[in-house]
Amino acid sequence: MMAVTVTRTRSAGSTRPGAAEAGDPRPFPPGEYPLVIVGSGPGGLQLSYSLRRAGILHAVISADPGPGGMFRRWPFFQRLLSWTKPFAPAERGSRAYERFDWNSLLAQEDENRALMAGIMDGTSYFPSRPEMERNLTEFAERTGVEVRYGCSWEATRRESTPAGERFVLQTSDGEYRCRVAVFAVGVAEPYVPPTPGLELAPHYAATRPAETYAGKRIFIVGKQNSGFELANGLLPWARSITLASPSPAKLSVVTHSLVGIRARYLQPYEDHVLAGGVNVLAASIEGIERAGEGLRVTVRPSTGGEAVAFEVDEAIAATGFVTPLRDLPDLGVATYGSSRLPAQTPFWESATVPGIYFAGTISQGAAGLKKHGQPANSGAVHGARYNARLLAGHLAEKHFGATRQGRRLAAAEVAPFLVEEIGRAPELWHQRAYLARVVSLDGTRGIVDDGFVPLAHFLDSGGPDAIAATIEANGEGAVYPVLYLRRDGVAREFVLPDQPLNDFTTPTHRREVAAVVSEAGIDVDRGEVLGLPVG
Amino acid sequence: MAQVMELTDELASLGLFADLERPQLEAVAHAFEEVWFGDGERILREGLTGSGFYVILEGEVAVRSGGHDTAVLGRGDFFGEVSALLGEPPSADVVALRRMRCLHLAASALHDFLLSHPAVTYRMLLDQTRRLRTTTRARG
Repeated sequence: MMAVTVTRTRSAGSTRPGAAEAGDPRPFPPGEYPLVIVGSGPGGLQLSYSLRRAGILHAVISADPGPGGMFRRWPFFQRLLSWTKPFAPAERGSRAYERFDWNSLLAQEDENRALMAGIMDGTSYFPSRPEMERNLTEFAERTGVEVRYGCSWEATRRESTPAGERFVLQTSDGEYRCRVAVFAVGVAEPYVPPTPGLELAPHYAATRPAETYAGKRIFIVGKQNSGFELANGLLPWARSITLASPSPAKLSVVTHSLVGIRARYLQPYEDHVLAGGVNVLAASIEGIERAGEGLRVTVRPSTGGEAVAFEVDEAIAATGFVTPLRDLPDLGVATYGSSRLPAQTPFWESATVPGIYFAGTISQGAAGLKKHGQPANSGAVHGARYNARLLAGHLAEKHFGATRQGRRLAAAEVAPFLVEEIGRAPELWHQRAYLARVVSLDGTRGIVDDGFVPLAHFLDSGGPDAIAATIEANGEGAVYPVLYLRRDGVAREFVLPDQPLNDFTTPTHRREVAAVVSEAGIDVDRGEVLGLPVG
Repeated sequence: MAQVMELTDELASLGLFADLERPQLEAVAHAFEEVWFGDGERILREGLTGSGFYVILEGEVAVRSGGHDTAVLGRGDFFGEVSALLGEPPSADVVALRRMRCLHLAASALHDFLLSHPAVTYRMLLDQTRRLRTTTRARG
């Protein structure tokens, strides 16, 4: 990928700060570090790995006893929604294979790539939760990512020091000072809305073993994946299941994105549409109250009409999770939306408190363009891992004096290079209309492969004339490449055709890419761009 | 569905949704997605495909074309409906003038939403009619 070179000598913390406490073998004792990462889920591990490869000293702290984040506990029914195909159209361990492996973290060394595929037992192309936990643990062990476990971030403040502004993270082990703090703490705090009586419905996070619901009438508040995961797992145990939330259920096979109920959890929905006994209601929940040994639930259909009351034995609130930002909002970190995500720049920095960044699933707070309503996959490992790798390079440049060493391209190389990227780059396939591969036509550097950048940044931040390549989707089933040509700071869009087998290396695609390259002023025959010798 | 209750209260105070009962407001809060933009950030980009429909919850935007601001919209106003309904790229940029929160609906979902919420469609028509009258007077 993009090579990042640290050209300035590290200043504060050029040696590991703070001596290890006597008898405590854990790394990163409290003290001052250039950068601190909070969290040891996939986001924290990927960022730490990529920062280490960029030579940026940092500490990683985590409240957990080991790596894995939410995968140490969830999904409740112990199997993931994200697949890894042990046998895929691309060779395992190659860059192109990442498109078919949604769960491995990204490593440069061949032996540390595609770890997930080698761990799965072959019974499913969805890893089990323990297999995913092992995948993350092995990644940390094999790549040497170090984390101070059992160290809980508790509070945050800012401090002016002679050396400049510092964030101070108060933890269960003491205080950490840093110029840059990255929070990779997941969207993992259970949320229960203030609906009357909802305290009688334990949250998804407090669901009991399935067999304890045997023969019971179950009411599930919420019709997203967590609600349908529970319904699916309780199908063989419950006497009846009713799911309700105000809007109709969305299905991923209809939205053509990760928005909506994934196919793996669709069985209760099929049971519902075939009138098998599961009820799926579009209704607001007016209240839940005790009724004898059970509960009385009152709902009102979203389409209007009279309220309906019915009795159940138990209710579960699959009402989602919010971002556990602790006191960061008091520091000025703006949040928004149903998951209280922090508002972010395209490079995952708090939009309101510079120096605070986010990695992992929280990076979905930098929503990007959401063209055709299609979100990026930043909420899942296969999207967030690329954000984290890009973030490492961005942090190295912005805060630690690294410079980008873009690869020079000859004029004749540009079109074939772009075709290769739209054909195979996993970054583009997983982060559609969100990450772009950029070839710059720079007056001083010539034609340069500038690696990946967030598309929003490319479109809105100005810069030299350049071509950006993305893969996009229209939400109706079509997936296709798009090129953006930026000249004099203004970008024009060139939508390339879709293709039945998603092959974007056809003669048609090559011709259309070449036309945009020519439009950019690159003269392939003369090996020139804008009159400047290149290559 | 976190914070849907709070968002529902907010929606109830906007003119566009003034005719909806609470269950319908809750459904709107579920159907739309809240989005956040920083000062100067572009929300609609002139000439780019795939934009959406937006309702302003907080803050202001400028409609910007050829370097000139042609309109300023604030809380309760909406934008993006023309390109969403016609299936064409926006003919102007829409830029946040300060921090702002909006509701967002994909263009492909707007058609069904308007058909299933005629009271909202009527309010939109009223607003469009007023904008048309203002434009006509300005030209007249």
